[in-house]
Amino acid sequence: MRTLLNTPLDGTDLNPLLQDFGLIVHPPFLYMGYVGFSVAFAFAIAALLSGRLDAAWARWTRPWTNAAWAFLSIGIALGSWWAYYELGWGGWWFWDPVENVSFMPWLVGTALIHSLAVTEKRGVFKSWTVLLAIAAFSLSLLGAFIVRSGVLTSVHAFAVDPARGMVLLTIMLIVIGSSLLLYAIRAPAVKGSASYTLTSREVLLLINNIILVVSTAAVLLGTLYPLIHEAIYGEANRVSIGPPYFNTIFVPLMGLLAFALGVGTFSRWKKTSVVYLKQQLSKVLIASLAFGIVIPVIVTSEFNISVIVAVVLAFWIVFSIAKDIFNKTSNKETFFKGLKALSLSYYGMQFAHFGMAVTILGVCLTSHYSVERDVRLAPGDSETIGNYEFIFEGVSLQQGANYQADRAVITVLRNGDEYITLEPEKRLYYATQAIQTEAGIDVGLFRDLFTALGDERGDGSWVVRIHYKPFVLWIWLGAIFMAFGGVLAITDKRYRSKKTVKQSQNESVLSGSSSSKPTMAAES
Amino acid sequence: MRKLFLLFSFFSFFWACVLPVNAAIEVYQFDNDSQQERFNNLSDQLRCPMCLNSNLSGSDAPIAADLRAEIYEQILDGRSNEQIIDFMTQRYGDFINYRPPLNSGTFVLWFGPLILLLAGLLIIWRMGKNSQKLTPSELTVAEQQKLNDILASKK
Amino acid sequence: MNKRALFIIPGLLFISMLGLLLFGLGRDPNMVPSALVNRPLPEFSLPGLELDAAESIALITPEDLTGGISIINFWATWCPPCHIEHPYLVEISESEQGLSFIGVNYKDDLNEARLFLEEKGSPFKKIIVDLDGSLGIDFGVAGAPETFIVDSFGMIRYRHVGVINHQIWEETFEPVISSIQ
Repeated sequence: MRTLLNTPLDGTDLNPLLQDFGLIVHPPFLYMGYVGFSVAFAFAIAALLSGRLDAAWARWTRPWTNAAWAFLSIGIALGSWWAYYELGWGGWWFWDPVENVSFMPWLVGTALIHSLAVTEKRGVFKSWTVLLAIAAFSLSLLGAFIVRSGVLTSVHAFAVDPARGMVLLTIMLIVIGSSLLLYAIRAPAVKGSASYTLTSREVLLLINNIILVVSTAAVLLGTLYPLIHEAIYGEANRVSIGPPYFNTIFVPLMGLLAFALGVGTFSRWKKTSVVYLKQQLSKVLIASLAFGIVIPVIVTSEFNISVIVAVVLAFWIVFSIAKDIFNKTSNKETFFKGLKALSLSYYGMQFAHFGMAVTILGVCLTSHYSVERDVRLAPGDSETIGNYEFIFEGVSLQQGANYQADRAVITVLRNGDEYITLEPEKRLYYATQAIQTEAGIDVGLFRDLFTALGDERGDGSWVVRIHYKPFVLWIWLGAIFMAFGGVLAITDKRYRSKKTVKQSQNESVLSGSSSSKPTMAAES
Repeated sequence: MRKLFLLFSFFSFFWACVLPVNAAIEVYQFDNDSQQERFNNLSDQLRCPMCLNSNLSGSDAPIAADLRAEIYEQILDGRSNEQIIDFMTQRYGDFINYRPPLNSGTFVLWFGPLILLLAGLLIIWRMGKNSQKLTPSELTVAEQQKLNDILASKK
Repeated sequence: MNKRALFIIPGLLFISMLGLLLFGLGRDPNMVPSALVNRPLPEFSLPGLELDAAESIALITPEDLTGGISIINFWATWCPPCHIEHPYLVEISESEQGLSFIGVNYKDDLNEARLFLEEKGSPFKKIIVDLDGSLGIDFGVAGAPETFIVDSFGMIRYRHVGVINHQIWEETFEPVISSIQ
């Protein structure tokens, strides 16, 4: 037997940031999302090649897209949640290139879900839907390229290998280039056949698509702009595009999307009467304005316009959902019979929309009302935020599996009564000699208490970061609702057996769609 | 060999922040809350010149600490946000500012999405107008037959 | 407009993006540009580090650096890459007598700095003491080591980040120096 010389006692260790459960499950979820989009992409290419871009194609694509989207929602939320508790900085999204490239397929996937609904039900916007299916997968590939090639500077650059960049670029050229070429050749022959008016559900879903695609374009532009700027103005004039840019562009677009969502809920295929829309929406509008203005003003006793807009929009979504469910059940004998009659895919849609309202509230309230303090505390000192008092008891040395940690004990009093003990840590990993903060967080539905340990400042005092973060959990709660909605939509009975599929196909013929006819003319 | 060296010099430069984001936690005393808020906003908006894409508040690199201290002193000296950002960009270029300035080089960046949105909405509006004029598509003979069959079977 | 042309747009956008990414692969994304190139030296007035006296006598100002090409090197004893480049700096300062090497001792312990130079030799004609790193900020320095080329009029002409070695000196410093001589 041969023995190796100089056998190392210990490996070089995984980057301590990554030694965490949240980050163990985060990549597989993202990956499942990308794989799901590759199926939608494959269907799109098959449809283009065969020339059968019909309702059946849309129907086959929908469950895969929903599944991919649900996985991606969870994957992105996990990444954001991990950043929040692991990096000890109290933030949850930085618009870093690596974050953006996972977010763009999600945005386009959201657009695709909505556009597939129109294509399946009404047989229009087919070439647009195919393009979105290609785009969702292409952006996943772009993500792989940007993460692995290191072409853009990122905080999440964990496995950068520029040599691999060229390979990935070649793959992109072949796969995406050929599919877009196929698209340019085949798509012009595709004709939509149904007619619709400006107030139809078709048009509202198209507006949803435009907003989402513009949002994606803005994220892509902001992510790649440092490269564009450098290509034009040279490397001496580099610019940085960060959260101030993305928030300025993205937040209003999401506000517009939330508004369109409420209108879209009440819209009907082909044509919605304007009178009906006004009648439905005016009630929802009054209710959401009343709740959205009064509640924040009473609770915070201040008038903050951006908070009010966000809360009004969240109520706007929630009340639209409630009113729509009420409308759809009111012709049944009892409310519960009405609820039972609604399809699972309908519930899926409403759950996902509700998730958006939850996320809007979470993002807005935590951004505006977080209290952040970095204070120097000696054992026995305390810091008060609202009705919470944080008492710093001291720091002790702890041994972990592959690290040692300074662990602080912080007793939290609520209204003077003992409430909880938080133990933020500062770890030193032996193998890499890397220092890693481990936040001490009390998670709550309406607020998180966040503590992180800084440096020792002599005389036993330490610098401690204490955050009070209202509604921060709602950001990720919303993503869970969205993903759950996506899963519900897949379990709808029309995807279950051949028999039921046939039946609903007949229904779609009855509803005036000419979708069962192969609509793409043979190439001349 | 050259590649290896470049790799080495890259890491030797970033050795101070091997772990790029690791909250910088320190204590600054301000006269009032608005100063504290300005400090937080500025150190969120300005980029750490040494690390891999993180802002001053999210970096524990020594230069980030120096620049935070600089911001702190300038705020106490009564300088405005614009003056502080000017001070930084004079030394580190627009690179240090996560909010790129609006000029001819960034016009597309700032207004591109808005123009795209308006163009998209215009296209939808025109498509909707055109589609309203269309008569519903005629069914083929075969489809009419199929439809009749379905209607008959439902009865 | 021809309707078919619309369907080519996605492909064209993709190809231009691919070109952009190809361009991106050939650059160093982590290089931080300097805003000070082709600008005059910042104003400063700081004490010098004397190897044989505890206190420095005169303050050093930008005027002390004009009249010839200077190489300004930010260094510190706490910075491992500075230790790596130091022997080469000593060597080059001996062979390039026409250049005046100016050291900026950046946020360092002065005694350690003195010991370091006594032990390993000093390439520097003058050493400016920047205790709190404020001169570093005025130079737009991100860390040590960084090296600037300043022409005889006190104009900054080049900034180099990271270690200097033989190859970097020949490939980047020499062309700049000969162009401003």
